[in-house]
Amino acid sequence: MASGTLTATEYITHHLTNLKWCSEAAKVDGHCHGFWTLHLDTLLVSGILGLVVFGFLAKIASRATAGVPSGWQNFFELVLTFVDQQVKDTYHGKSKLITPMAITIFIWVFVMNAMDLVPVDFLPVTASAVGVHYLKVVPTTDPNLTFAMSLTVFGIMIYMNFAVKGASGFAHEVFTAPFGAKLAPVNLLFRIVEDIAKPISLSLRLFGNMYAGEMVFILIALLGIWQLPLALPWALFHILIITLQAFVFMMLTIVYMSMASESH
Amino acid sequence: MSINATLIGQAIWFAVFIWITMKYVWPPLQKAMADRQQQIADGLAAAERGKHDLELAEKRSVEAMREAREKASEMVAAGDKRGSEIVEEAKAAARVEADKIVAAAKAEIEQEVERARAALRERVAELAVSGAERILKREVDAKAHAEMLASLKQEL
Repeated sequence: MASGTLTATEYITHHLTNLKWCSEAAKVDGHCHGFWTLHLDTLLVSGILGLVVFGFLAKIASRATAGVPSGWQNFFELVLTFVDQQVKDTYHGKSKLITPMAITIFIWVFVMNAMDLVPVDFLPVTASAVGVHYLKVVPTTDPNLTFAMSLTVFGIMIYMNFAVKGASGFAHEVFTAPFGAKLAPVNLLFRIVEDIAKPISLSLRLFGNMYAGEMVFILIALLGIWQLPLALPWALFHILIITLQAFVFMMLTIVYMSMASESH
Repeated sequence: MSINATLIGQAIWFAVFIWITMKYVWPPLQKAMADRQQQIADGLAAAERGKHDLELAEKRSVEAMREAREKASEMVAAGDKRGSEIVEEAKAAARVEADKIVAAAKAEIEQEVERARAALRERVAELAVSGAERILKREVDAKAHAEMLASLKQEL
């Protein structure tokens, strides 16, 4: 609900503004601009969620028994086996990094996306009650996060290319695929476009979906009493989207890794 | 929505969580699952072995039962044979005993007859005398005729 004096535009803008932090010297007109700004809400929410869920997972794993698995161990074994199966089906290399990375992506993106399901005003109003005036709750609606993940994946992908094929093998592939050695410049151009498109599409897909989803939640929240019949169906529908987006990010990462470790 | 230093922070978070998963989450869970798989495989193998053993034991027990039955019928046959032997022996012994008893009885009867014959001899003399007395209607001197009566006794 729009509170008091805020107009609809101000309400929406307020919800989509990050809690920023920068040094006093970097401030222009009392606001943070430029590269050396931190989105504290994104960093903290994603960090706390990650620490809680992966801490919990590590605790479960440390107590894991080969006997009859109980409760959470059973559940996480199911999830992790599912992810591992996806990796096994797609990626045929030897790297021990891929499965943990896929697990991290799937679970972390899922819990961050799931913050979408917390009623839009709940955390920002709570935060403003303790003096924090901006709070963007869903970390995946911050392109900084999605790009950080996709660029990390991109970096690992480049590393895998070198590690598996060697510098000469990688260069050979870049210059000769898909049109052969005679069209080397065209091949290089294609390869650059192809590889740069990967992290961009990966991050913008997640960001776009979650941003749009959050926007719809905010718009529904503006409808007064009519939000009641609308918020629930959208939230239910959104459960599908948050899971799907986590899965897509994970799956594409696995596909990129498998492409990086297999010769054309 | 501007790209800024948050990017670096998020990349660090991402790396930290990958590291946690890689070191503390996936390997122990994977190990637990692999161990369980091994246990289940062992269990199934043991069950298979048990089934095989059971089959063998069943075969052995059938064999043992057959042997026992054969032995039992052998023993029954031997027992029967022995039994009829004993009966035969007993019959033979009884026959010998019966012969003996019969012989003894016969001997006794002979003696008894002999004794009766002697007694009869005694009585015949008296009867003859008393008969003679009645015939003669007079007292016969027993002493006077004793010699004649004794010779008569000898003739009987």
